[in-house]
Amino acid sequence: MTGTLLSINGLTKAYPGVVANDSVSFDIGQGEVHALLGENGAGKSTLVKMIYGLVKPDQGTMQLRGADYAPVQPSAARAAGVAMVFQHFSLFEALNVAENIALGMENPPSMRDLATRIREVSEMYGLPLDPARIVGDLSAGERQRVEIIRCLLQDPKLLIMDEPTSVLTPQEVEILFQTLRKLSSEGTAILYISHKLEEIRALCDNATILRLGKVVGKCTPRDTTARDMAEMMVGSSLHVPERAGGEIGPVLLKINDLSVPSPSEFGTSLKNISLAVRAGEVLGLGGVAGNGQDELLGALSGEIPTAPGAIKLDGKAIGAFGPVARRRLGLLTAPEERLGHAAAPDMSLIENALLTGSVREGLESRGFLKWGKAKSFAEAIIERFDVRTPGPGNAARSLSGGNLQKFVIGREVMQRPEVLVVNQPTWGVDAAAAASIRQALLDLAAGGAAVIVISQDLDELMEISDHFGALNEGRLSDIRPAKDLSVDEIGLMMGGSHGMEVAHV
Amino acid sequence: MDLSSINPILLLASLIVAATPLLLAAIGELVVEKAGVLNLGVEGMMITGAICGFAIAVNTGSPVVGLIAAAGGGAVLSLLFALLTQFAMANQVASGLSLTLFGLGLSALIGQDYQGVKPPAFPKGDIPVLSDIPVLGPILFSQDFVVYLAFFLTLGVWVMLKYSRAGLILRAVGENHDAAHALGYKVVRIRVLAILFGGACAGLGGAYISLIRVPQWTEGMTAGIGWIALALVVFASWKPWRVLLGACLFGGVSVLQLNLQAAGVAIPVEYLAMSPYLITIIVLVIMSADRSRAPASLGKGFHAGS
Repeated sequence: MTGTLLSINGLTKAYPGVVANDSVSFDIGQGEVHALLGENGAGKSTLVKMIYGLVKPDQGTMQLRGADYAPVQPSAARAAGVAMVFQHFSLFEALNVAENIALGMENPPSMRDLATRIREVSEMYGLPLDPARIVGDLSAGERQRVEIIRCLLQDPKLLIMDEPTSVLTPQEVEILFQTLRKLSSEGTAILYISHKLEEIRALCDNATILRLGKVVGKCTPRDTTARDMAEMMVGSSLHVPERAGGEIGPVLLKINDLSVPSPSEFGTSLKNISLAVRAGEVLGLGGVAGNGQDELLGALSGEIPTAPGAIKLDGKAIGAFGPVARRRLGLLTAPEERLGHAAAPDMSLIENALLTGSVREGLESRGFLKWGKAKSFAEAIIERFDVRTPGPGNAARSLSGGNLQKFVIGREVMQRPEVLVVNQPTWGVDAAAAASIRQALLDLAAGGAAVIVISQDLDELMEISDHFGALNEGRLSDIRPAKDLSVDEIGLMMGGSHGMEVAHV
Repeated sequence: MDLSSINPILLLASLIVAATPLLLAAIGELVVEKAGVLNLGVEGMMITGAICGFAIAVNTGSPVVGLIAAAGGGAVLSLLFALLTQFAMANQVASGLSLTLFGLGLSALIGQDYQGVKPPAFPKGDIPVLSDIPVLGPILFSQDFVVYLAFFLTLGVWVMLKYSRAGLILRAVGENHDAAHALGYKVVRIRVLAILFGGACAGLGGAYISLIRVPQWTEGMTAGIGWIALALVVFASWKPWRVLLGACLFGGVSVLQLNLQAAGVAIPVEYLAMSPYLITIIVLVIMSADRSRAPASLGKGFHAGS
């Protein structure tokens, strides 16, 4: 590290009703990997948008290599050597890789030269990418490479990455980190935003922590525990979910030799899955994304019909039942995809509460809806799960990811399920909210329900599961008591071909 | 029945004349749809172009000025569509349909005094030397210049979309207007320009019917060519050469069935009359069975704030 690259002094940005950034100051050194930490709504996105010229600060100044820096639009920031990889990719699916990259450059070379340069840069950084491929055919990791290479071709001095690993498999995360370390060793500074504290500990040199728009601390992630960083973010000691230690009762849900083909072309078929969950028990199912998690949830929710006897609830064969019949019997589910699967984006929270709650909460009678009762149900969810929204009449789309997640999990928990199946319950949710969702799941189990948690977050599964199993290519490993498992054993359960997860536990 | 009365060279030459208005309208609509806008008003813009061109040609005595006025008339009408959909955020399907109805009515109003009037004759554009080639000469090189214009327009649109940066940006806007906006491209401006181009092409196609192909003015004389152009763009998978092929196929079968009717073939006239539509659609449906698909933002409104 040789000197300061970007120096931020007292940046302030206020929106009506909220101060997104309140005199934020910190420095980024040349070649430094600097983490920006904070909960949802702490002001990280606003800050990087100001650095990238998408938002104009109300007050404060920035200096880039000693010179005043005030980009009026992204192209000015790019010209000054600041590049950004967006959280939601800004790519054109029907166009090929080279065309996508050309669109993000100010003065692109001819397509043939560009293709050659893409090949060179992608080889150099170990990010293999064929310039002629159509982006729509690429995996999430490969799409991110397109964005990164688009940035690298402009030879940036500062690369901003907003939650880059949320869509990547562990293998892809490892490749990304190698690339970032190589960039950093060549003198490119990286401003790295993430929720995943262990990743930050593995990658970053320094961290600045934001809370409610203010800088509340700085630390060296390598020397700080993830827990300490989380507490700085939250501003209070982090509530660790605790289990009440309820009685383990009889088997509530039993899956017997379940095999179903995946409904989607690129999905994973389930092969000979058998498991049993007892009342008062939390069963954690781990595994890398795309190994049958969505299909298992679909088979349990009733979206994918199965052989009648393959799924039994309280001894009753329900495999041929649809979702509504299963809900009536007490088997509730919350899928992973919040917008479009768990919730209808353009419908209000009341309507969304009605959609899954109508049967068990009695929100309809003889085909007519009981709006008053539905509204109080939605309000009860908002109240108990601390969903931050102006009111239950707001569209699901208007909520932030974490708040909507609290709502969709809360909606199922509040219906007093016999068996609850959740997929990725805390994906993209900040630490405090994740802790409260986990606590709600544990409370549910303590109250005598059976809970199946499907997740890719192994720390989460170890924290709340009584038993643990792993999905690998549509097969389920043996299910074992969670508290005796070592990291190595979990790695083996998740399957040899995915041996990289171990490094990330 | 006397099939020997059909002259294949004349048939092929008139095939090209029949295909030209369809090709003009469809290539314009292709550019509009590539920019992510669905303008269902092609029929209305064509008929407006047909009467504007006809009226100006009759009044000035110059068919070329008439053609320019036709392109202008189509573009002005499409500007209405652009204002509605790009600035007032109106629904594109409803705006396009009403544009067609409005165009049909407007053209009938303007055209009241032009029924039965004969327009100035359009000069033939024989290309020296080439038009003397036997067979090919009369078919390809002895047409009017609008035919050549339509062909070069197709070529130009293909080159523009495939090889130029402007074409790349146009396709990007049609694929994902939010991402294009984030990268700093002016989505609304690009779309308005595309809509105007589409309107001018449709107007030109309409005037080709009223000034050259028929040539006279009757109400509703475009007779659904605008709708065929819309279908052609979709079935041609948004590819300019397939639009050309489809237009020629449609023109060819139209001319052939007229000749067959005249020759007294023992097939009911109704079947012959529907054959161009059927055959064009069947061939293009078979061809569009590859993996090409519509521009992803087609028909969706864009607002910079959202």
